[in-house]
Amino acid sequence: MTPWQLEHPFLPVTVMTDWIQNAFMIRALVSGVLVGALASYYGAFIVQRRLSFLGSGLAHAAFGGIALALLLQQDPLLIAIPFTIIVAIAINWIRSETILAADTAIGIFFAVAVALGVIFLSIRKGTTYDAFSYLFGSILAISMTDLWIIILIFAIGILTLPRLWGNWAFATFDEESARADNHSVGRDDYALYVLLAVTIVTAIKMVGILLIAAFLVIPAATARLLSPTFFWMTVVSVCLGSLSAFTGLIGSYELDLPSGATIVLCQAIFFGLALLVSRWRSAPQ
Amino acid sequence: MIVADHLTVQLGDRTALRDVSFRVEQGNFLAVLGPNGGGKSTLLKSILGLIPPTSGSLSLGTGNSRRQSIKIGYVPQIKSLDRSFPARSVELVATSVLGRWPHRLSKTDRDVSMAALERVGAAHLAQQSIGSLSGGELQRVYLARATISEPKILLLDEPESGIDVAGTADLYTLLEHFHTEANTCIVMVTHDWDVAFYHATHVLLLNNQQLCFGKPETALTDVAIRNTFGHVGHKHDTLAIGAPFPTGHRHD
Repeated sequence: MTPWQLEHPFLPVTVMTDWIQNAFMIRALVSGVLVGALASYYGAFIVQRRLSFLGSGLAHAAFGGIALALLLQQDPLLIAIPFTIIVAIAINWIRSETILAADTAIGIFFAVAVALGVIFLSIRKGTTYDAFSYLFGSILAISMTDLWIIILIFAIGILTLPRLWGNWAFATFDEESARADNHSVGRDDYALYVLLAVTIVTAIKMVGILLIAAFLVIPAATARLLSPTFFWMTVVSVCLGSLSAFTGLIGSYELDLPSGATIVLCQAIFFGLALLVSRWRSAPQ
Repeated sequence: MIVADHLTVQLGDRTALRDVSFRVEQGNFLAVLGPNGGGKSTLLKSILGLIPPTSGSLSLGTGNSRRQSIKIGYVPQIKSLDRSFPARSVELVATSVLGRWPHRLSKTDRDVSMAALERVGAAHLAQQSIGSLSGGELQRVYLARATISEPKILLLDEPESGIDVAGTADLYTLLEHFHTEANTCIVMVTHDWDVAFYHATHVLLLNNQQLCFGKPETALTDVAIRNTFGHVGHKHDTLAIGAPFPTGHRHD
């Protein structure tokens, strides 16, 4: 330790210099913050539409796509993105065109995609370790290509926000009135499902299939507890999503813990605090 | 104003409406009565343009005017709404002007929305969250939303459900106002026979097919009501004692 640090033992000077010099850590932080922001933006709609199960369902659908990519020896994202988009479109189609509810459609495709994935992996010769690394994700796995894809989908999210946020929010509260006033509700729903599918697939590498649903649900649920309007719910959700990704990644680096799990625990801490704040606020004075 | 000509609507393999024909004009007040699943809400959705006719036609306005140019106000069933959505009443009203959910309200939009809330006596609810409103209050906010652009047609889906008697009385007074002073054509799906009899100018009895259409005093005959609710052929011995026939007995 330097004499300066001995004087200030609680200031993590080495920490600051350490991770900032790591190219992979910078990539992970940038992609983590962008994915965290994007997932919790869509999450606000998912939570209010009671579609929390959708995140998990699409992540498992992505597993089928990743297994297919490994079988065909292709880049997993290249196959998993279109594969998951097709599943997302199918879920939305069944939800809107048949008498079955969204969670039923998700339950079916969830299982079918995992079954396909298991079969693809069994056909493929050799180890299955690489496929199972996607279950938990790793920040080490983020390549420059992944980062560019994340930047691209983030840009799409920003560009479509002025048009889609208001339409999605209205249809989330009262789909029928939204349909009566505005003729693009059906099309906008497909856009939400497709953008969500792409976001989930790109986040899987970092967070893992098992935990990605938390990115959609926990920051948005936390924001709901704190916000009087849907606008503020969206803003708070996005801030918490990126903040918990940032703190979680730093924490996982410093404490040598798995990145996805650490981020989710950070989200959970914010949720716990919000729960306390909202209980305290609503308590009789 | 609204002309249904042999309107038939098929929902999947079910015929929700079969061969329905009626005509209501501006300033008319149409009460639509019938058992649940009898196609009442389907009729409202057809008027809103959400469900296309399978055969026959449903035209709004005067011949040449296009459907898009006819302003329709719609008050949905309050019990079917998601009250956990974070929103203030004034934002909900503003959706009618904007056609989407507002992020920030401009001064103009806020003023227009406040004026609409004032017209229905709900200005004090503007800043309240919709989760904290009673059924009657939320309905009033929806009525402000529906009437903000002075619609030619006002649709209401079972406005009495989930609201106490005093609340519905207030609502009908407001509807009278829109009906007589603004000359709005009101179409109301209801289970309330009294309101159909005393407030409506026309009554439509639906049980997937049209059983009766006309003035309340001619349409609300015993026979028509029996046909609508399928009372022919089964008895309600115990219920019938002392109970005036239709009121208070619903096939929910």
